[in-house]
Amino acid sequence: MDFEIIRSYVPLFAKAFILTVKIGWAGILLSVLIGIICGFILYFKIPGLSLLVRCYVELFRNTPLLVQLFFLYYGLPSVGLSISAQICGVLGLGLLGGSYMTESFRSGLSAVPVIQTESGFALGMTKPQLFWHIILPQAVSVSVPAVLANMIFLLKETSVFSAISLMDLMFTAKDLIGLYYNTTESLFLLVCFYAVMLLPVSLLGSVIEKKLHYV
Amino acid sequence: MEEILKIEHLSKRFDDLSILEDINLSVNKGEVTVILGPSGCGKSTLLRCINGLEEIQEGNVFLDGKTVNPPLKNTGKDRTKIGMVFQSYELFPHKTILENVILAPIVVQKRKKEEVVKEAKQLLERVGLSSKKAQYPRQLSGGQKQRAAIVRALIMNPEVLLFDEVTAALDPEMVREVLDVMLDLAKQNRTMLIVTHEMAFARAVADRILFLDGGQIVEDTTPEQFFDAPKTERAAKFLQTFSFES
Amino acid sequence: MGFEVLWKGKNLIRLLGGLGVAMKISLISVVISLTLGILLGMLMTLKQPLANAFMRVYLEFIRIMPQMVLLFLVFFGVTKISGWNLSSEASSIIVFSLWGTAEMADLVRGCFFSIPAIQYESSKALGLNRLQTYVYVIIPQIARRLVPLSINLITRMIKTTSLVMMIGIVEVLKTGQQIIEANRKTSPNAAFGVFAAIFILYFLACYPIGRLAGYLEKRWEN
Repeated sequence: MDFEIIRSYVPLFAKAFILTVKIGWAGILLSVLIGIICGFILYFKIPGLSLLVRCYVELFRNTPLLVQLFFLYYGLPSVGLSISAQICGVLGLGLLGGSYMTESFRSGLSAVPVIQTESGFALGMTKPQLFWHIILPQAVSVSVPAVLANMIFLLKETSVFSAISLMDLMFTAKDLIGLYYNTTESLFLLVCFYAVMLLPVSLLGSVIEKKLHYV
Repeated sequence: MEEILKIEHLSKRFDDLSILEDINLSVNKGEVTVILGPSGCGKSTLLRCINGLEEIQEGNVFLDGKTVNPPLKNTGKDRTKIGMVFQSYELFPHKTILENVILAPIVVQKRKKEEVVKEAKQLLERVGLSSKKAQYPRQLSGGQKQRAAIVRALIMNPEVLLFDEVTAALDPEMVREVLDVMLDLAKQNRTMLIVTHEMAFARAVADRILFLDGGQIVEDTTPEQFFDAPKTERAAKFLQTFSFES
Repeated sequence: MGFEVLWKGKNLIRLLGGLGVAMKISLISVVISLTLGILLGMLMTLKQPLANAFMRVYLEFIRIMPQMVLLFLVFFGVTKISGWNLSSEASSIIVFSLWGTAEMADLVRGCFFSIPAIQYESSKALGLNRLQTYVYVIIPQIARRLVPLSINLITRMIKTTSLVMMIGIVEVLKTGQQIIEANRKTSPNAAFGVFAAIFILYFLACYPIGRLAGYLEKRWEN
């Protein structure tokens, strides 16, 4: 391994890292948003919408992100709907993640026992008060571990972005290997940068899981 | 004697299964009524109907002359006139003991926080939980949780208190501390409806015994009468299951 | 909408053939992963400090690294270091097996430790010996938890094999691209039809398996 080469590659990887992290977290943010909305729709069994959400969840949970991205990036433009690669990345990750987050939030909400709601009712609380003070806080702490696991999963999924010609970490690594055959150095940096991206979230996950254990 | 709670022709069914049939009952202010009966006789369901937790198919429940089940719209505040304590405590696990107690007075009754906290501390002190107020429910024993749950119901200053087998889930040595709190409440002339399997306690605390079987009130009498000379065969048989000499 | 391309010549058959390539790789990896995963998972329950330390590093590394990175490490890295030219198919089977084994071992370990100690104690109290305890009491309970989880793992592995196109294997996505390219002139919007079809093909492959896992989980929960 040549450290001179590594040093000269770091800026390239850093640039790709920033792009990957930006798209990754934007997608995660979108997935949480979708998850909260769809989770509520399923929990409150809103007629019509529930069925739609269930179809969406099944469709995106049972297909690979790569296929979803190909459809968004190459498929849609051929019928006149062009989306930029970056938006595609965010959208694809958001839709995939949304289907997982929906499940996590829904099961968090339904994990709160009915009798907890009843004891709130017995204290005279209205439905919104119950939801806000009793159900939501408990549901959130139940879903946190699953949500964090989803985040790790989604950050890892960012590794397919190069397929829609985004210059992410994989793209950079492959490019450098192809151009200069500096395989060892490129792969070393690739692993390092992904570790930097994922280790903090993974550590945060285990810390929070320990802290939130109150039931 | 002033009537506070009135039940007229109450019937409750789950699909085709009849749980309660044509229940009629009038409870006076300050009266302690203990409801006894074999498992599945409908006694817990009766409490839940009084509190509006169960939908009823026929009849009415009136509190202070106002119907509470079937519930009128906007009954949030009316429901605070009935307090309920559950077998499984149902404290809110994400809140401390003090937060559990002050939540409803603040969000439902819109009372001032300082005033509520002061009252909560006094009540917790009375049931011996002063030192536990900053702890979470999971850190307390069953008996302590149940006493906290009673305080949580009490602070709303309800006109009627319902107790649904509140000692059934407790270890034997913790039953006493909870029953003592309830006896204390009875002495303060609180109106209480109690479902329990503690026969000695029932006899000591009750002004009146209701014996339910098969979804109907079979006996409605004084504790002395009920325990010493039950009028019906069914009540006698029920009492026999609690004694070993025969 | 570009769907007509699918009915032209042998295009649909070619797509299915591409899916077959991906499925073959997943199937081989699944068999290896389940076998090795069960063995390694059992190894972890033995509480050998050295083996456990090694397994933790292995599991954590696999858990954190994207499969795509692992694929690069093996495909480019091994060739570079060892000099042998690993085919892309062999690389992908190695990577998916490494990954699947880690996941499976973790599931097995989790299921083992979810059996309460009282189950062992009550078996002992009934006079069952160690082997009988495992055969009649512990393993049936573990199997009920493990089977739905491992079926879910299979669907995840099927989805992950879509990555192999990135190291040059001609699977379903690559075949799709070839079909689009070949029909560029006659059907300009073939991309929509072909990628929608692949979307649906993956769904049809994974959805029933996922449903089966869900069904078994419901049936066996208590």
